[in-house]
Amino acid sequence: MAHRALAHKSTDDVAVAVADLKAGEELVIHSLEGGKTHKVKLLEDIPLGHKIALRDMPEGHVVIEYGEKVGRMTQPVKKGGYVHVHNIRTLRWDYGSKGKGQKPRAKGGQ
Amino acid sequence: MPRKAASKGLQLTGYRRPNGAVGVRNHVLILPVDDLSNAAAEGVARLIHGTTALPHPYGRLQFGADLELTFRTLSGHGANPNVHGVVVIGIEPKWTDRVASAIARTGKPVETFSIERHGDLNVINAASRVAYRMVQDASELKREPIQVSELVLSIKCGESDPTLGLAGNKAQGRAVDRLVDMGASVIFGETSELTGGEHLIANRCATPALKRKFMQIYNDYIRMIEAQGVDLLGSQPTEGNIRGGLSTIEEKALGNIQKTGTRPIQAVLDYAEPVRPGQGLVFMNSSSAGAEQVTLCAAGGSVLHFFTTGQGNIVGHPLIPVIKVSPNPITCSTMSEHIDVKLPDLLVGDITLDEAADRILEVFARTVNGRLTAAELLRHNEFVITKLYPSA
Repeated sequence: MAHRALAHKSTDDVAVAVADLKAGEELVIHSLEGGKTHKVKLLEDIPLGHKIALRDMPEGHVVIEYGEKVGRMTQPVKKGGYVHVHNIRTLRWDYGSKGKGQKPRAKGGQ
Repeated sequence: MPRKAASKGLQLTGYRRPNGAVGVRNHVLILPVDDLSNAAAEGVARLIHGTTALPHPYGRLQFGADLELTFRTLSGHGANPNVHGVVVIGIEPKWTDRVASAIARTGKPVETFSIERHGDLNVINAASRVAYRMVQDASELKREPIQVSELVLSIKCGESDPTLGLAGNKAQGRAVDRLVDMGASVIFGETSELTGGEHLIANRCATPALKRKFMQIYNDYIRMIEAQGVDLLGSQPTEGNIRGGLSTIEEKALGNIQKTGTRPIQAVLDYAEPVRPGQGLVFMNSSSAGAEQVTLCAAGGSVLHFFTTGQGNIVGHPLIPVIKVSPNPITCSTMSEHIDVKLPDLLVGDITLDEAADRILEVFARTVNGRLTAAELLRHNEFVITKLYPSA
Protein backbone atom coordinates (compact mmCIF):
# COMPACT_ATOMS: atom_id res chain seq x y z
CA MET A 1 0.00 0.00 0.00
CA ALA A 2 1.56 3.32 -1.03
CA HIS A 3 0.91 5.50 2.00
CA ARG A 4 1.29 9.28 1.65
CA ALA A 5 1.12 9.96 5.40
CA LEU A 6 0.80 7.85 8.54
CA ALA A 7 -0.30 8.36 12.14
CA HIS A 8 1.17 6.32 15.00
CA LYS A 9 -2.18 5.97 16.75
CA SER A 10 -5.63 6.77 15.41
CA THR A 11 -6.20 9.06 18.41
CA ASP A 12 -3.07 11.17 17.70
CA ASP A 13 -3.42 14.88 16.86
CA VAL A 14 -0.83 14.71 14.08
CA ALA A 15 0.29 12.42 11.26
CA VAL A 16 3.64 12.30 9.45
CA ALA A 17 4.11 12.76 5.70
CA VAL A 18 5.98 9.81 4.14
CA ALA A 19 6.40 11.67 0.82
CA ASP A 20 6.66 15.34 -0.13
CA LEU A 21 3.02 16.51 -0.11
CA LYS A 22 1.37 19.49 -1.82
CA ALA A 23 -1.32 21.87 -0.60
CA GLY A 24 -4.75 20.76 -1.85
CA GLU A 25 -3.99 17.02 -1.76
CA GLU A 26 -6.79 14.98 -0.25
CA LEU A 27 -5.48 12.13 1.86
CA VAL A 28 -6.86 9.14 3.68
CA ILE A 29 -4.46 8.67 6.57
CA HIS A 30 -4.16 5.29 8.24
CA SER A 31 -2.72 4.63 11.65
CA LEU A 32 0.10 2.13 12.23
CA GLU A 33 -1.96 0.47 14.93
CA GLY A 34 -5.24 0.29 13.04
CA GLY A 35 -8.36 2.09 14.23
CA LYS A 36 -10.19 4.80 12.36
CA THR A 37 -8.69 6.57 9.37
CA HIS A 38 -8.57 10.35 8.91
CA LYS A 39 -9.67 12.16 5.75
CA VAL A 40 -7.61 15.33 5.44
CA LYS A 41 -7.27 18.03 2.76
CA LEU A 42 -3.84 19.65 3.01
CA LEU A 43 -3.80 23.43 3.53
CA GLU A 44 -0.04 23.75 3.01
CA ASP A 45 2.86 21.93 1.36
CA ILE A 46 4.29 19.43 3.85
CA PRO A 47 7.70 17.82 3.24
CA LEU A 48 8.56 14.15 3.84
CA GLY A 49 8.93 13.50 7.58
CA HIS A 50 7.01 16.60 8.66
CA LYS A 51 3.69 16.74 10.52
CA ILE A 52 0.07 17.31 9.45
CA ALA A 53 -2.65 18.47 11.89
CA LEU A 54 -5.44 15.87 12.01
CA ARG A 55 -7.85 18.29 13.71
CA ASP A 56 -8.21 21.98 14.51
CA MET A 57 -6.01 22.82 17.52
CA PRO A 58 -6.11 26.10 19.49
CA GLU A 59 -3.11 27.87 20.99
CA GLY A 60 -2.10 26.07 24.20
CA HIS A 61 -3.40 22.69 23.03
CA VAL A 62 -1.18 19.85 24.28
CA VAL A 63 -0.37 17.80 21.18
CA ILE A 64 -0.56 14.00 21.27
CA GLU A 65 1.63 11.81 19.05
CA TYR A 66 2.52 8.12 19.73
CA GLY A 67 -0.37 8.45 22.24
CA GLU A 68 1.95 10.67 24.34
CA LYS A 69 2.35 14.41 24.97
CA VAL A 70 4.94 15.84 22.56
CA GLY A 71 4.44 19.60 22.97
CA ARG A 72 2.11 22.59 23.16
CA MET A 73 0.69 24.67 20.28
CA THR A 74 2.03 28.24 20.38
CA GLN A 75 -0.40 29.28 17.61
CA PRO A 76 -3.67 27.77 16.46
CA VAL A 77 -3.60 25.39 13.49
CA LYS A 78 -6.41 24.14 11.25
CA LYS A 79 -6.94 20.51 10.28
CA GLY A 80 -4.68 19.86 7.28
CA GLY A 81 -2.18 22.53 8.39
CA TYR A 82 1.54 22.17 8.99
CA VAL A 83 2.78 21.50 12.55
CA HIS A 84 6.45 22.25 13.22
CA VAL A 85 8.77 24.49 15.28
CA HIS A 86 6.88 27.62 14.17
CA ASN A 87 3.75 26.56 16.05
CA ILE A 88 4.64 23.79 18.53
CA ARG A 89 6.98 23.92 21.52
CA THR A 90 8.30 21.37 24.01
CA LEU A 91 6.65 20.96 27.42
CA ARG A 92 10.10 20.51 28.98
CA TRP A 93 11.84 23.64 30.15
CA ASP A 94 8.54 25.33 29.28
CA TYR A 95 8.67 28.71 30.98
CA GLY A 96 5.21 29.63 29.65
CA SER A 97 4.24 32.09 26.95
CA LYS A 98 4.39 35.09 29.34
CA GLY A 99 8.08 34.45 30.02
CA LYS A 100 7.47 33.95 33.75
CA GLY A 101 10.13 31.88 35.47
CA GLN A 102 8.57 28.50 35.95
CA LYS A 103 10.78 25.81 37.43
CA PRO A 104 12.15 23.52 34.74
CA ARG A 105 10.34 20.22 34.75
CA ALA A 106 12.61 17.20 35.02
CA LYS A 107 10.47 14.65 36.74
CA GLY A 108 9.79 11.20 35.46
CA GLY A 109 9.33 7.61 36.41
CA GLN A 110 5.60 7.89 36.76
CA MET B 1 6.56 -19.63 10.03
CA PRO B 2 9.32 -18.62 7.61
CA ARG B 3 10.14 -15.62 9.81
CA LYS B 4 10.95 -17.72 12.89
CA ALA B 5 12.93 -20.12 10.73
CA ALA B 6 14.93 -17.21 9.36
CA SER B 7 15.82 -16.06 12.89
CA LYS B 8 16.58 -19.53 14.20
CA GLY B 9 18.57 -20.40 11.13
CA LEU B 10 21.15 -17.61 11.45
CA GLN B 11 24.44 -19.32 10.56
CA LEU B 12 27.06 -17.30 12.37
CA THR B 13 30.81 -17.60 12.72
CA GLY B 14 33.22 -15.69 14.92
CA TYR B 15 36.40 -15.77 16.94
CA ARG B 16 36.39 -17.36 20.38
CA ARG B 17 38.89 -15.66 22.71
CA PRO B 18 40.82 -17.35 25.57
CA ASN B 19 38.18 -16.26 28.14
CA GLY B 20 35.35 -17.64 25.98
CA ALA B 21 34.16 -14.22 24.77
CA VAL B 22 33.11 -14.18 21.10
CA GLY B 23 34.14 -11.54 18.56
CA VAL B 24 33.17 -10.98 14.94
CA ARG B 25 36.38 -9.24 13.86
CA ASN B 26 40.02 -10.07 14.54
CA HIS B 27 41.94 -6.86 15.15
CA VAL B 28 45.40 -6.29 16.56
CA LEU B 29 45.18 -3.06 18.52
CA ILE B 30 47.92 -0.49 19.09
CA LEU B 31 46.57 1.41 22.09
CA PRO B 32 48.02 4.74 23.21
CA VAL B 33 47.39 5.47 26.89
CA ASP B 34 47.74 9.23 26.39
CA ASP B 35 47.87 11.94 23.73
CA LEU B 36 51.69 11.94 23.80
CA SER B 37 51.80 8.31 22.69
CA ASN B 38 49.62 8.72 19.61
CA ALA B 39 52.64 9.30 17.37
CA ALA B 40 54.35 6.05 18.35
CA ALA B 41 51.09 4.07 18.16
CA GLU B 42 50.34 5.45 14.70
CA GLY B 43 53.96 4.80 13.71
CA VAL B 44 53.54 1.10 14.52
CA ALA B 45 50.19 0.97 12.74
CA ARG B 46 51.74 2.44 9.60
CA LEU B 47 54.58 -0.10 9.62
CA ILE B 48 52.69 -3.32 10.34
CA HIS B 49 49.85 -4.49 8.11
CA GLY B 50 46.63 -5.39 9.89
CA THR B 51 47.09 -3.26 13.01
CA THR B 52 44.72 -0.56 14.22
CA ALA B 53 45.83 2.43 16.31
CA LEU B 54 43.31 4.33 18.47
CA PRO B 55 44.72 7.88 18.74
CA HIS B 56 42.88 10.18 21.18
CA PRO B 57 43.46 13.53 22.91
CA TYR B 58 43.34 12.49 26.61
CA GLY B 59 45.09 10.48 29.31
CA ARG B 60 47.11 13.24 30.98
CA LEU B 61 46.32 14.93 34.32
CA GLN B 62 42.86 13.45 34.51
CA PHE B 63 41.58 12.52 37.96
CA GLY B 64 38.71 10.86 39.80
CA ALA B 65 35.73 9.51 37.90
CA ASP B 66 36.91 11.14 34.67
CA LEU B 67 40.25 9.30 34.83
CA GLU B 68 38.51 6.04 35.70
CA LEU B 69 36.23 6.43 32.68
CA THR B 70 39.18 7.03 30.35
CA PHE B 71 40.96 3.95 31.75
CA ARG B 72 37.76 1.90 31.47
CA THR B 73 37.25 3.06 27.89
CA LEU B 74 40.84 2.23 26.88
CA SER B 75 41.04 -1.13 28.63
CA GLY B 76 37.50 -1.96 27.48
CA HIS B 77 38.63 -1.53 23.87
CA GLY B 78 41.62 -3.78 24.49
CA ALA B 79 39.38 -6.37 26.15
CA ASN B 80 36.75 -6.17 23.37
CA PRO B 81 36.24 -9.65 21.87
CA ASN B 82 36.83 -8.24 18.35
CA VAL B 83 40.49 -7.80 19.39
CA HIS B 84 43.01 -10.66 19.24
CA GLY B 85 45.93 -8.89 20.91
CA VAL B 86 47.01 -5.47 22.13
CA VAL B 87 50.19 -3.41 22.18
CA VAL B 88 49.81 -0.70 24.85
CA ILE B 89 52.04 2.37 24.57
CA GLY B 90 52.19 5.14 27.20
CA ILE B 91 54.53 7.96 28.09
CA GLU B 92 55.42 6.38 31.48
CA PRO B 93 55.12 2.79 32.70
CA LYS B 94 52.70 3.05 35.63
CA TRP B 95 49.46 4.08 33.89
CA THR B 96 50.53 1.99 30.89
CA ASP B 97 50.66 -1.12 33.07
CA ARG B 98 47.36 -0.22 34.68
CA VAL B 99 45.55 -0.17 31.31
CA ALA B 100 47.37 -3.31 30.14
CA SER B 101 46.69 -5.36 33.27
CA ALA B 102 42.92 -4.80 32.94
CA ILE B 103 43.15 -6.14 29.37
CA ALA B 104 45.40 -9.06 30.36
CA ARG B 105 42.65 -10.44 32.61
CA THR B 106 40.91 -11.62 29.42
CA GLY B 107 43.88 -13.94 28.73
CA LYS B 108 44.63 -12.39 25.35
CA PRO B 109 48.18 -11.35 24.35
CA VAL B 110 49.08 -7.89 25.73
CA GLU B 111 52.47 -6.18 25.74
CA THR B 112 53.40 -2.75 27.06
CA PHE B 113 55.90 -0.10 26.04
CA SER B 114 56.67 3.24 27.67
CA ILE B 115 58.39 6.09 25.93
CA GLU B 116 60.31 7.83 28.76
CA ARG B 117 63.96 6.61 28.85
CA HIS B 118 63.50 4.97 25.40
CA GLY B 119 62.13 7.54 22.95
CA ASP B 120 59.62 7.11 20.15
CA LEU B 121 61.98 5.42 17.69
CA ASN B 122 63.11 2.64 20.02
CA VAL B 123 59.51 2.08 21.13
CA ILE B 124 58.27 1.93 17.54
CA ASN B 125 61.00 -0.59 16.71
CA ALA B 126 60.27 -2.89 19.66
CA ALA B 127 56.48 -2.51 19.54
CA SER B 128 56.41 -3.16 15.80
CA ARG B 129 58.24 -6.47 16.26
CA VAL B 130 55.61 -7.51 18.81
CA ALA B 131 52.73 -6.32 16.60
CA TYR B 132 54.24 -8.23 13.65
CA ARG B 133 54.05 -11.47 15.62
CA MET B 134 50.54 -10.77 16.95
CA VAL B 135 49.17 -10.07 13.47
CA GLN B 136 50.75 -13.23 12.10
CA ASP B 137 49.23 -15.26 14.94
CA ALA B 138 45.85 -13.58 14.44
CA SER B 139 45.94 -14.36 10.73
CA GLU B 140 46.00 -18.08 11.51
CA LEU B 141 42.95 -18.02 13.78
CA LYS B 142 39.93 -19.72 12.23
CA ARG B 143 36.35 -18.54 12.46
CA GLU B 144 34.17 -21.11 14.18
CA PRO B 145 30.40 -21.53 14.49
CA ILE B 146 28.91 -19.29 17.19
CA GLN B 147 25.47 -18.60 18.65
CA VAL B 148 23.62 -15.29 18.87
CA SER B 149 23.48 -15.90 22.63
CA GLU B 150 27.27 -15.48 22.81
CA LEU B 151 27.16 -11.92 21.44
CA VAL B 152 26.98 -8.47 23.01
CA LEU B 153 25.43 -5.99 20.56
CA SER B 154 24.43 -2.33 20.73
CA ILE B 155 22.05 0.18 19.14
CA LYS B 156 21.68 3.90 18.57
CA CYS B 157 19.96 6.24 16.14
CA GLY B 158 21.32 9.50 14.79
CA GLU B 159 20.41 12.42 12.57
CA SER B 160 16.94 11.27 13.48
CA ASP B 161 13.77 12.32 11.75
CA PRO B 162 10.18 11.09 11.95
CA THR B 163 10.85 8.35 9.36
CA LEU B 164 12.71 6.52 12.16
CA GLY B 165 9.85 6.65 14.65
CA LEU B 166 7.42 5.54 11.95
CA ALA B 167 9.48 2.85 10.28
CA GLY B 168 13.24 2.48 10.79
CA ASN B 169 13.30 2.33 14.58
CA LYS B 170 10.16 0.22 14.69
CA ALA B 171 11.84 -2.36 12.42
CA GLN B 172 15.05 -2.15 14.43
CA GLY B 173 13.02 -2.65 17.61
CA ARG B 174 11.51 -5.79 16.19
CA ALA B 175 14.99 -7.07 15.27
CA VAL B 176 16.19 -6.25 18.81
CA ASP B 177 13.28 -8.21 20.32
CA ARG B 178 14.22 -11.24 18.23
CA LEU B 179 17.93 -10.96 19.11
CA VAL B 180 17.13 -10.63 22.81
CA ASP B 181 14.78 -13.62 22.55
CA MET B 182 17.65 -15.60 20.98
CA GLY B 183 19.79 -14.72 24.02
CA ALA B 184 21.88 -11.76 22.84
CA SER B 185 22.73 -8.82 25.07
CA VAL B 186 21.73 -5.52 23.45
CA ILE B 187 22.97 -2.19 24.86
CA PHE B 188 21.11 1.08 24.37
CA GLY B 189 21.77 4.49 25.95
CA GLU B 190 21.37 8.16 24.91
CA THR B 191 20.35 9.47 28.33
CA SER B 192 19.51 12.99 27.14
CA GLU B 193 17.44 11.75 24.21
CA LEU B 194 15.09 9.81 26.45
CA THR B 195 13.69 13.14 27.71
CA GLY B 196 9.94 13.06 27.23
CA GLY B 197 9.88 9.27 27.17
CA GLU B 198 11.95 8.49 30.28
CA HIS B 199 8.82 7.24 32.08
CA LEU B 200 8.36 4.60 29.34
CA ILE B 201 11.92 3.32 29.87
CA ALA B 202 11.56 3.44 33.66
CA ASN B 203 8.41 1.34 33.44
CA ARG B 204 10.20 -1.31 31.38
CA CYS B 205 12.94 -1.87 33.99
CA ALA B 206 12.70 -5.49 35.18
CA THR B 207 12.83 -4.68 38.92
CA PRO B 208 11.97 -1.69 41.15
CA ALA B 209 15.69 -1.39 42.05
CA LEU B 210 16.63 -1.09 38.37
CA LYS B 211 13.89 1.48 37.85
CA ARG B 212 15.24 3.58 40.76
CA LYS B 213 18.77 3.29 39.40
CA PHE B 214 17.65 4.36 35.93
CA MET B 215 15.71 7.37 37.26
CA GLN B 216 18.67 8.36 39.42
CA ILE B 217 20.98 8.38 36.38
CA TYR B 218 18.39 10.27 34.34
CA ASN B 219 17.62 12.86 37.05
CA ASP B 220 21.33 13.36 37.85
CA TYR B 221 21.89 14.11 34.20
CA ILE B 222 19.07 16.67 34.06
CA ARG B 223 20.33 18.29 37.29
CA MET B 224 23.81 18.52 35.80
CA ILE B 225 22.35 20.33 32.77
CA GLU B 226 20.28 22.70 34.90
CA ALA B 227 23.22 23.40 37.26
CA GLN B 228 24.86 25.06 34.26
CA GLY B 229 21.89 27.44 34.13
CA VAL B 230 20.87 26.07 30.74
CA ASP B 231 18.56 23.50 29.18
CA LEU B 232 18.85 21.18 26.22
CA LEU B 233 16.59 23.16 23.92
CA GLY B 234 19.37 24.69 21.84
CA SER B 235 20.78 21.26 21.01
CA GLN B 236 17.74 18.95 21.18
CA PRO B 237 16.32 18.51 18.66
CA THR B 238 19.37 19.30 16.51
CA GLU B 239 19.20 21.45 13.38
CA GLY B 240 19.37 18.23 11.34
CA ASN B 241 16.45 16.76 13.30
CA ILE B 242 14.38 19.94 12.73
CA ARG B 243 15.14 19.92 9.02
CA GLY B 244 13.90 16.33 8.95
CA GLY B 245 10.62 17.27 10.66
CA LEU B 246 11.20 16.67 14.40
CA SER B 247 9.79 19.59 16.40
CA THR B 248 10.34 18.81 20.10
CA ILE B 249 12.62 16.79 22.36
CA GLU B 250 9.64 14.66 23.42
CA GLU B 251 8.84 13.72 19.83
CA LYS B 252 12.49 12.83 19.25
CA ALA B 253 12.59 10.65 22.38
CA LEU B 254 9.40 8.77 21.50
CA GLY B 255 10.82 7.94 18.08
CA ASN B 256 14.19 7.02 19.57
CA ILE B 257 12.66 4.58 22.06
CA GLN B 258 10.97 2.55 19.30
CA LYS B 259 14.31 0.94 18.41
CA THR B 260 14.69 -0.60 21.88
CA GLY B 261 11.84 -3.01 21.09
CA THR B 262 9.52 -4.18 23.81
CA ARG B 263 11.52 -6.47 26.10
CA PRO B 264 12.22 -5.69 29.79
CA ILE B 265 15.41 -3.83 30.71
CA GLN B 266 17.55 -6.28 32.66
CA ALA B 267 20.49 -4.08 33.66
CA VAL B 268 21.19 -0.37 34.19
CA LEU B 269 24.86 0.54 33.83
CA ASP B 270 27.04 3.62 33.97
CA TYR B 271 29.37 4.75 31.16
CA ALA B 272 31.44 1.92 29.60
CA GLU B 273 30.71 -0.64 32.31
CA PRO B 274 31.23 -4.20 31.05
CA VAL B 275 28.28 -6.14 29.60
CA ARG B 276 28.20 -9.93 29.44
CA PRO B 277 26.39 -12.12 26.91
CA GLY B 278 22.99 -13.31 28.07
CA GLN B 279 22.06 -10.14 29.94
CA GLY B 280 19.24 -9.24 27.54
CA LEU B 281 18.35 -5.59 26.99
CA VAL B 282 20.72 -3.27 28.88
CA PHE B 283 20.61 0.49 29.45
CA MET B 284 24.02 2.19 29.58
CA ASN B 285 24.26 5.83 30.62
CA SER B 286 25.74 7.66 27.63
CA SER B 287 25.88 10.80 25.59
CA SER B 288 23.56 10.93 22.60
CA ALA B 289 26.43 11.97 20.31
CA GLY B 290 26.97 9.11 17.86
CA ALA B 291 30.72 8.50 18.15
CA GLU B 292 30.74 8.88 21.95
CA GLN B 293 27.91 6.42 22.40
CA VAL B 294 29.33 3.82 19.99
CA THR B 295 32.73 4.16 21.72
CA LEU B 296 31.13 3.59 25.16
CA CYS B 297 29.28 0.50 23.85
CA ALA B 298 32.49 -0.92 22.34
CA ALA B 299 34.25 -0.31 25.67
CA GLY B 300 31.43 -2.22 27.37
CA GLY B 301 32.07 -5.21 25.09
CA SER B 302 29.71 -4.70 22.14
CA VAL B 303 31.03 -6.47 19.04
CA LEU B 304 28.50 -5.06 16.55
CA HIS B 305 26.37 -1.94 16.48
CA PHE B 306 23.09 -1.17 14.71
CA PHE B 307 22.69 2.51 13.83
CA THR B 308 19.39 3.73 12.43
CA THR B 309 19.47 7.10 10.70
CA GLY B 310 16.93 9.42 9.12
CA GLN B 311 18.87 12.33 7.66
CA GLY B 312 22.14 10.37 7.31
CA ASN B 313 24.56 10.01 10.23
CA ILE B 314 27.71 8.36 8.85
CA VAL B 315 29.47 7.28 12.07
CA GLY B 316 31.62 4.16 12.33
CA HIS B 317 34.10 2.69 14.81
CA PRO B 318 37.65 1.30 14.45
CA LEU B 319 36.89 -2.09 16.05
CA ILE B 320 33.20 -2.90 15.75
CA PRO B 321 31.12 -2.98 12.55
CA VAL B 322 28.35 -0.35 12.57
CA ILE B 323 25.37 -1.37 10.43
CA LYS B 324 23.46 1.66 9.08
CA VAL B 325 19.72 1.28 8.64
CA SER B 326 17.61 3.99 7.00
CA PRO B 327 13.98 4.22 5.87
CA ASN B 328 14.40 7.73 4.45
CA PRO B 329 14.26 7.56 0.61
CA ILE B 330 16.21 10.82 0.18
CA THR B 331 19.03 9.58 2.42
CA CYS B 332 19.07 6.14 0.77
CA SER B 333 19.44 7.70 -2.67
CA THR B 334 21.71 10.70 -1.99
CA MET B 335 23.95 8.89 0.56
CA SER B 336 23.60 5.35 -0.74
CA GLU B 337 27.21 4.37 0.00
CA HIS B 338 26.66 4.94 3.74
CA ILE B 339 23.54 2.80 4.21
CA ASP B 340 23.72 -0.98 4.71
CA VAL B 341 19.99 -1.68 5.08
CA LYS B 342 17.65 0.48 2.99
CA LEU B 343 14.00 0.50 4.06
CA PRO B 344 12.11 3.22 2.12
CA ASP B 345 9.62 0.53 1.04
CA LEU B 346 8.73 0.01 4.70
CA LEU B 347 7.96 3.71 5.06
CA VAL B 348 5.25 3.60 2.40
CA GLY B 349 3.90 0.24 3.53
CA ASP B 350 5.17 -1.97 0.67
CA ILE B 351 6.81 -4.37 3.13
CA THR B 352 5.82 -5.29 6.70
CA LEU B 353 7.78 -4.61 9.89
CA ASP B 354 8.59 -8.32 10.09
CA GLU B 355 9.95 -8.33 6.55
CA ALA B 356 12.05 -5.27 7.41
CA ALA B 357 13.36 -6.97 10.57
CA ASP B 358 14.23 -10.04 8.44
CA ARG B 359 16.24 -7.77 6.16
CA ILE B 360 18.11 -6.22 9.12
CA LEU B 361 18.91 -9.67 10.55
CA GLU B 362 20.07 -10.97 7.19
CA VAL B 363 22.58 -8.13 6.90
CA PHE B 364 23.47 -8.68 10.57
CA ALA B 365 24.35 -12.34 9.87
CA ARG B 366 26.41 -11.49 6.80
CA THR B 367 28.22 -8.73 8.71
CA VAL B 368 28.97 -11.03 11.65
CA ASN B 369 30.40 -13.51 9.13
CA GLY B 370 32.82 -10.95 7.74
CA ARG B 371 30.98 -8.80 5.21
CA LEU B 372 32.35 -5.26 5.54
CA THR B 373 29.90 -2.49 6.44
CA ALA B 374 29.62 0.84 4.65
CA ALA B 375 31.37 2.53 7.58
CA GLU B 376 34.23 0.01 7.53
CA LEU B 377 34.69 0.42 3.76
CA LEU B 378 34.66 4.22 4.05
CA ARG B 379 37.18 4.18 6.96
CA HIS B 380 34.77 5.71 9.46
CA ASN B 381 36.96 4.98 12.48
CA GLU B 382 35.48 7.37 15.01
CA PHE B 383 36.83 6.77 18.52
CA VAL B 384 35.70 9.44 20.96
CA ILE B 385 36.30 9.19 24.70
CA THR B 386 33.60 10.71 26.90
CA LYS B 387 35.11 13.41 29.12
CA LEU B 388 33.27 14.14 32.39
CA TYR B 389 35.09 17.36 33.40
CA PRO B 390 38.32 19.30 32.73
CA SER B 391 41.69 17.79 33.56
CA ALA B 392 43.83 19.15 36.39
